[in-house]
Amino acid sequence: MHVHNYEKLWLGASLLLIVGFISTIVYGAAGAGVTMVNDEGGHVNPNNLGNTSGFDDPGVTKIGPSEYEVHVAALRFAFQPGTIEVPANSTVTFYVTSRDVIHGFQIVGTNANTMVIPGEVSKITVNFDEPGEYGIVCHEYCGAGHHSMAAELLVKEPSNFTMQTDTQTPTSGNGPTNATATPTGGESA
Amino acid sequence: MSTPGETAGETVESAREMLPDNSFLIQYPHVSRVVRSLFLTAFVAFGIGAFMGVLQALHRTGIARIVASSDYYTLLTLHGVLLVIVFTIFFLAGVFTWANTRSLDRPPVSKRFTWFWVVTMSVGSAMAGIAILAGLIPSIGMSADVLFTFYAPLQAHPLFYIGLAVFIIGTWLAGIDWFRQYLAWRGENTGERIPLQSFMVLTTMLMWFIATMGVAVEVVVFLIPWSLGIVPAPNPLLTRTLFWFFGHPVVYFWLMPAYLLWYTVLPKIAGGRLFSDPLARVVFVLFLLLSTPVGIHHQYVDPGIAEGFKFIAMTNTMFLLLPSLLTAFTVVASIEHGARQRGGTGYFGWLKALPWRDPAFTGMTLAGLMFAAGGFSGMINAGMNINYLVHNTIWVPGHFHLTVGTAVALTFMAASYWLVPRITGRELYSRPIGLFQVVLWFVGMVFMSAAMHRGGLAGIPRRTAEPQYPQVTFETVAGSVGSLRLQLAFGGVLLFVSALLFLVNVGLTAMNNEPARGLDSALPPALSGPEQSPTVLDNLKLWALIAVVLVILAYSLPLYSIVQGAGLYPPGQEATPAVLAPLLEVIA
Repeated sequence: MHVHNYEKLWLGASLLLIVGFISTIVYGAAGAGVTMVNDEGGHVNPNNLGNTSGFDDPGVTKIGPSEYEVHVAALRFAFQPGTIEVPANSTVTFYVTSRDVIHGFQIVGTNANTMVIPGEVSKITVNFDEPGEYGIVCHEYCGAGHHSMAAELLVKEPSNFTMQTDTQTPTSGNGPTNATATPTGGESA
Repeated sequence: MSTPGETAGETVESAREMLPDNSFLIQYPHVSRVVRSLFLTAFVAFGIGAFMGVLQALHRTGIARIVASSDYYTLLTLHGVLLVIVFTIFFLAGVFTWANTRSLDRPPVSKRFTWFWVVTMSVGSAMAGIAILAGLIPSIGMSADVLFTFYAPLQAHPLFYIGLAVFIIGTWLAGIDWFRQYLAWRGENTGERIPLQSFMVLTTMLMWFIATMGVAVEVVVFLIPWSLGIVPAPNPLLTRTLFWFFGHPVVYFWLMPAYLLWYTVLPKIAGGRLFSDPLARVVFVLFLLLSTPVGIHHQYVDPGIAEGFKFIAMTNTMFLLLPSLLTAFTVVASIEHGARQRGGTGYFGWLKALPWRDPAFTGMTLAGLMFAAGGFSGMINAGMNINYLVHNTIWVPGHFHLTVGTAVALTFMAASYWLVPRITGRELYSRPIGLFQVVLWFVGMVFMSAAMHRGGLAGIPRRTAEPQYPQVTFETVAGSVGSLRLQLAFGGVLLFVSALLFLVNVGLTAMNNEPARGLDSALPPALSGPEQSPTVLDNLKLWALIAVVLVILAYSLPLYSIVQGAGLYPPGQEATPAVLAPLLEVIA
């Protein structure tokens, strides 16, 4: 097959560009350590979150010296909880799921961004180095009130941070505490 | 060649007598009528869709809110479905019908069959359109506010899904029609290379047959029975994955007819010839092979899909850049050849020799230029980990208004200025208006798309009626959010004015009694002809088979693991808003 010299040169440069792009992604994953949202979060019954460990009482749980878990339930048209407080200099793992339709979860101004699919749990781990206030928006259309679906995340000075009183003790999730936990949003349960 | 009884438009017969015998309209009056009717539907959808677009641009920026924000999503659904399903696919069906007939030099096998698929596509579109529009009138109790992606468990009225299925079947029949036309030609031309335009039509349709399997299974197996209350709500991740199985290759279904026009019509208008026929065939084969096994790149941030599957989709996506880069080379080389034939000289001086006053040329060239920008913003989306920054922000509509909204739509408008005279026999009403219109589209899109990209970097979400939240402050890299809103709305208004000018110009052309001039339909042969490429390129069965194997490799494991994960019908999924539930309760 006849291919002109300029075409060959262009073809070579194009392939180089493509390999270059793929290399940056590989570097981002292997070098910089950006992991993708994946299938680690597991599955839940969206209609039975009130009896599902973690989502029965959505909110912040301390799991280590500077490690926290946050369970978030999305529903038309709010996030539970609507305000999340974590201390700075911490590693926070979000577990997000939906009670009804597909939603989105983005901490605006960060790369914490995931789809929220009923039945699936999105797990994302974020490091918060400095205090600040962030908005959280639902970025997938979920119904007529979609534009009102937002929450806030307050990253506090560690000295000012106390666990919210309505959150169960860090031992929650180990059985007995589930029975006494009161789901904050029983609308669709 | 033709008797008056065969021709379609009665009032132009006198004008038609002045057309040359080798013009498409005189040779194929019936095919011309089919193309006219497809274009008419496309343009009506384009007008309504564009009007919805300007309403959204003004609404979400807070400049003018004519409808309630809860109805915004009905308009958005209409905008998406009318523009990227009805406008694009009806127009490309017209282009393909014209191109297949012109290049094979014979009409489709059966007139009845051709009209049958035209009617099927039209009925399907009307059903889906009615279901969407009914959402504006609550008393009807029918709605389909599910946007172009219709992710379950958001539920639309069954009429929407059934209309969609009927429409897709119509496009399959159209593809069968073009293949029958080709086989009839093949019977009389054994051993010859497939004419280039027909080759492009056939490879695109093979890609489409494979790609639509995903949406066909989603709609027919899951969504229609579910919306009728026969089966429970399906696994939302499964239906979403089946949607994107179709949802990415559909963008190449829009793009391939634009490529067909860039490869075969644009060089002629520029005064030259296609640079390389073999390379054009290679490009279309690459799109057939690579368009479908990439859909998971729309699901980079989906839970329930392992990272490895996302990585495979990312790699395939990056290689899809190759055929587009090859196209950039061939198209620019062809245009340069045309310019030099017209007396152009110098490294860049030849640019001055191009027919810039021709709206068909300028429109298609500006569309190609925009596609380069859209291609690079698309590379950001394709970059799996960079995508975290922009996923589902308004960056994404910023990207696809460059690609489908300009590379495709502006090419279609520009090509209409060249093609409509050929299928009506009427001279274009106004070239200056046409030229102004295509430039206006380009300028409007520069404003709107740039503002959308920048807004996306600030984290402003897409698909929302009011991106103004009490809890959220969006921080832009440069300029204020207020200025971005103004630029977005301003660009949107320019685009709408441009769309109106286009429709008026084409409408007046259809009523123009002046006979069209310069209708020579012959396309000059390529500088490097098909004889310089191996005949295996024309082995459509082989390429289709490899394409299917690639799809199976890319999708079987992810689909298996999704079904293994939550099942086909996971417990606890609710239909929202469950349109037929009240009815079923009454019956029970």
